[in-house]
Amino acid sequence: MASADEIREGLASILEEVADVKAADVSDDKSFTDDLDVDSLSMVEVAMAAEEKFGVKIPDDELPKLKTVGDAVAYIQSNA
Amino acid sequence: MTELARSSSHDDIVVVGLGATTPLGGDVATTWEGLLAGRSGVVALTDEWAAPLSVRIAARMAVDPTEVLPRVQARRLDRSEQAAIIAAREAWRDAGFEGTAREAGLEPTRVAVVIGTGIGGVTSLLTQYDILKEKGPDRVSPLLITMNMPNGPAAHVGLEVGAQAGVHTTVSACASGSEAVALGLDLLQLDRADVVLVGGTEACIHPLNIAGFAQMRAMSTRNDEPQRASRPWDKGRDGFVLGEGAGCLVLERASSAAARGQRVYATLAAAAITSDAYDIVQPDKAGQVRALELALRRSGLTAADIVHVNAHATSTPVGDMGEAGAIADLLGPDTVVTGTKSMTGHLLGAAGAIESVATVLAIHNDVVPPTINLEDPDDDLKVDVPRTAREMTVTAAVNNSFGFGGHNVSLVFRKA
Repeated sequence: MASADEIREGLASILEEVADVKAADVSDDKSFTDDLDVDSLSMVEVAMAAEEKFGVKIPDDELPKLKTVGDAVAYIQSNA
Repeated sequence: MTELARSSSHDDIVVVGLGATTPLGGDVATTWEGLLAGRSGVVALTDEWAAPLSVRIAARMAVDPTEVLPRVQARRLDRSEQAAIIAAREAWRDAGFEGTAREAGLEPTRVAVVIGTGIGGVTSLLTQYDILKEKGPDRVSPLLITMNMPNGPAAHVGLEVGAQAGVHTTVSACASGSEAVALGLDLLQLDRADVVLVGGTEACIHPLNIAGFAQMRAMSTRNDEPQRASRPWDKGRDGFVLGEGAGCLVLERASSAAARGQRVYATLAAAAITSDAYDIVQPDKAGQVRALELALRRSGLTAADIVHVNAHATSTPVGDMGEAGAIADLLGPDTVVTGTKSMTGHLLGAAGAIESVATVLAIHNDVVPPTINLEDPDDDLKVDVPRTAREMTVTAAVNNSFGFGGHNVSLVFRKA
C-alpha cells in the first residue's frame, strides 16, 4: 500500500509530465487550477495517469471535487 | 523585358511575411539555402514499422518540432499542428508583428487565418486507435479530438495570433496549401480582413498512409537510393516521395504595408481555381490549362511576363508531363521551370504553401531553384529546367498545385 509521500511523489511526476509543474510546487495545499495552472483537459490526463500508476480509478463526478494536491493524495490513498 | 501591366483597379495584395519548416530546414532561410544548393531532404525509413512496406523512404522535417516547441505545448498537439505553429510564428514575426494581433497594434476582428491540410491529425488518430484497442476507451487521450480535427492547425494558429475574422481550413489534397493562398487573396479583396496568415501543413508519415499510397502505385520504391528517388520529368521517375512540414505566408494590402513601412517580398497578382470533373485521381491537362489561363488573365500580365513556374511536378510517370506540356503551350518553351519536390519530396497539403514561399523568394532574390535528379529528361520535356540554381530577373512567376480529386490551383506572383 502506497504511503501519502509515495502518492504525492507519483502525482508530482505525473504533473511534471502533463503540465510542467515543478516538484517543489507540489504540496498538499496547492490548488490544481489556481496554483498549478492545470486546466480541465490536463486534469483528465492526470486522472488517467494516476489510474495507471496507482491502480485507483477516479470517477468523473469525483474528479472536480479534488481541488488540491492534498485532496487527490487522500482520495488515492483511501481507494488503493 | 516587358513592362508589367498594372492592375490598378484595387489595392494590390502583397506578401509581407514567410515561414516554413521542411525536410530541408527548420525555417525559411535554411530551406531556401537548401533549395538553391540542390540538397535532398529524403531519407531512408529505418523504423521497425517500415520494414514490411514496399516504400521505405520519406522526407522527414529536418528539425523536429518537439525540439522547438515547449514540451507541454507540443504534447497537446498533433505533429501537423506543431509544424503549422512553427511556420506560422516565423511568418507572423517576419511580417513585423510581435505577440498577438492586438499586441501588434492590429484589430483582431480584421485578422484571418487559412491553413490547409490534406489529412490533418491522422497520426494522432492512429496512435489513439492503437491505444483504444490495447488498453480500452478509458485510456484514449482527452486531446484526441483537438489533435485530429482537420481545422486543428488553423485553429491553433488562430489562437496564437488572436485572429477573430475567421479561421479557415482549405482541404484539396495536394492543392490545399495553394488553395489557402487563393482564399487569403479572396478574403482581402472581399474586405473580410486586413491581414491574412495563410499556409499549409502535413505530417502523415505512418505505415498506413504509406501503404495506402503504395497500393495505388503512386509512390517511388527507390528504397536503396532515397535522395535520388524524387526525380520530376526524369525517365527513371517512379512515383512521389512523401514529405512532411508546413509553410506560411502573411498577406496584406499594399497600402497598409506601405503605411507601416513593412518590407514587401512580392505581389500576389492573381489566383485561379478549377476542377477537372474527370477522374478521382488522374489529372486532366485541360483543367490545369484552364487554371493557368484564368490566373494569367486575372493577373493582367501576359505569357511573356511569366518567366518562371514552380511546377507541381510530383515525379509521377503521368502527372509531370501533362503539366509541362501545359506550361510550354501557354507560357512558351523558354519558361524557366523548377520542380522543387525533387528536393523536398511531396508535402501534400503543405506543398502548395512551401512552393509559394519558394516562388516568392525566387522573385525577391532573382534566382530560380534547380531541379535535381534530372539526369535523363523525358523526350517530350519542352520547357527550360535548370539543374543548378539560375540567377535571372524574375519579374513574375506562377506556382501550380494539383490535387487528387481534380483540384487545380494556379497562383501568379510578381515583383511588387
